[in-house]
Amino acid sequence: MSRVRLVFTGSGGQGVITAAIILAEAAVIHEGMNATQSQSYGAAARGGSTRSDIIISDKEIDFPEVTQPNVLVCLTQESYNSYSSIIRPGGILLTDSRYVQITRKVDAKQIQLAMYEKVMEIIGKPVVFNICVLGALISITEVVKPKAVLAAIVSKVPKDFIELNTQAFELGMELGADFSW
Amino acid sequence: MSDNIRFIQGNEACVEGALYAGVEFFAGYPITPSTEIAERLSQRLPENGGKFIQMEDEIASMCAIIGASLTGRKVMTATSGPGFSLKQEAIGYACMTEIPCVIVNVMRGGPSTGNPTHVSQGDINQARWGTHGDHNIIALTASNHQDIFSITVDAFNFAETYRTPVILLLDEAVGHLREKLIIPEAGELPIVDRLRTSLGKGVDYHPYLPREDGRLPMSDFGGEHRYNVTGLFHDMWGFPSNNPKVVNELLRHLVDKIDNNIESITRYKEHFLDDAEYVFVSYGSAARSAIHLAKTRRARGEKIGVLELQSIWPFPKELVREKCADAKAVLVVEMNMGQVLAQVKAAVRKPGRVFLANRIDGKLITPSDIKKLLRVIQGRGV
Repeated sequence: MSRVRLVFTGSGGQGVITAAIILAEAAVIHEGMNATQSQSYGAAARGGSTRSDIIISDKEIDFPEVTQPNVLVCLTQESYNSYSSIIRPGGILLTDSRYVQITRKVDAKQIQLAMYEKVMEIIGKPVVFNICVLGALISITEVVKPKAVLAAIVSKVPKDFIELNTQAFELGMELGADFSW
Repeated sequence: MSDNIRFIQGNEACVEGALYAGVEFFAGYPITPSTEIAERLSQRLPENGGKFIQMEDEIASMCAIIGASLTGRKVMTATSGPGFSLKQEAIGYACMTEIPCVIVNVMRGGPSTGNPTHVSQGDINQARWGTHGDHNIIALTASNHQDIFSITVDAFNFAETYRTPVILLLDEAVGHLREKLIIPEAGELPIVDRLRTSLGKGVDYHPYLPREDGRLPMSDFGGEHRYNVTGLFHDMWGFPSNNPKVVNELLRHLVDKIDNNIESITRYKEHFLDDAEYVFVSYGSAARSAIHLAKTRRARGEKIGVLELQSIWPFPKELVREKCADAKAVLVVEMNMGQVLAQVKAAVRKPGRVFLANRIDGKLITPSDIKKLLRVIQGRGV
């Protein structure tokens, strides 16, 4: 696919934006692709709903917003309710079973994983939940090579937290291993 | 992987461009959506031997960069609408005293505190006429990070060449967008350094006596020469004067030094204009949507082109007239109530064929917003 459009949604503090930046940076810096990452936010410092749009392409990207994502990630019930209908037919909708209850059918592949639960069980630190989600996403969609994302994590995350994040990423990769696009 | 590739925000691309151009001093007061410029420079300037000061407000920031520039430094400040309003008086002072400086305005919704975290392009006319009195100004803009980098370098170069404040009009959408920037090698883009007087210590220096080519060499204030600087009309020594001849000549000089060089100052890009039947005139983040639409319609055989303006003031009237001459219709795509539209209408031969495709609700104008209007103009319904 020459162009993939992704939308990550959740609530402030879940690391939705950080995950989006890491993914797009991996595509640009470590795979030589073009990517844009944008976000919408209000005047509030924390909480509230968060959305980040990512486009990865081998061509130039002009309009940077996503109206119909190929890949949609919803990490809260509110974001699922607001955005699940915008998914492009044949796309992937990834949700977390702790935060989201699936209430409707969409013309896409719905994948519900216990990512938060597994992070708490195996790693015990909720702060790396977003990286686990990213791992699952990469495993399912293969939009960027895992190696590229790991390299982006290493360059973005403080030194003492690299191992923790790597562990979370690999956990996500395992959780997503049984699924494909 | 080359180490000159970055994945950063537009605001950070502006910082990289400023550093490349040789910025040495920044004074500012943080304001959304420009804050990342101050944030990055607070780290990068000291690393490079420069100075960063967070001032008590935007007025003080503007005054600080004027003072620092006069001492021989390349200077910049960054703000958004409300702060840009506060800076206007001092911008006029920099126009009158001919002190080079770069003012970045990352536009957000206004008037007043408006819509801080959302995009707008509503400060086009403020950039031109925000300060009082007849004067001239250079205002530049860009739609992507590579262009933000190079236009920032141009901003510094123009400030030095024409001894004028230069306004860099970015907007929230492109300022906060992250995308790729490839930092050019040193020497790849030309850099204009401060033109300093060759007069030595003890020789009378006339700060406002132009050379034969019209340029005014500067002397670092506080250095070898004593001279006066004032916002009042002034003679070649810099002392106040209300002599009608002096007033007349200085005001004409301030206007002419920019108008007479419009060809050197004009910056633009054209996308598929050669055979275009419909021309979009756009700039900043709105141009991205115009270009997107032009590309997708081209793929279906529609002859649509985009004239992307990168210099707004002085307005490139001749260029716009020429590029729109053969168009069936011209759509000005911008996120305000038609500020550039008015300029385009005044420039073209058939203003009745110029239409506004705008959005003013804080959302980035989309390709489909433009497409709807285009179809109506084409007589094809929505």
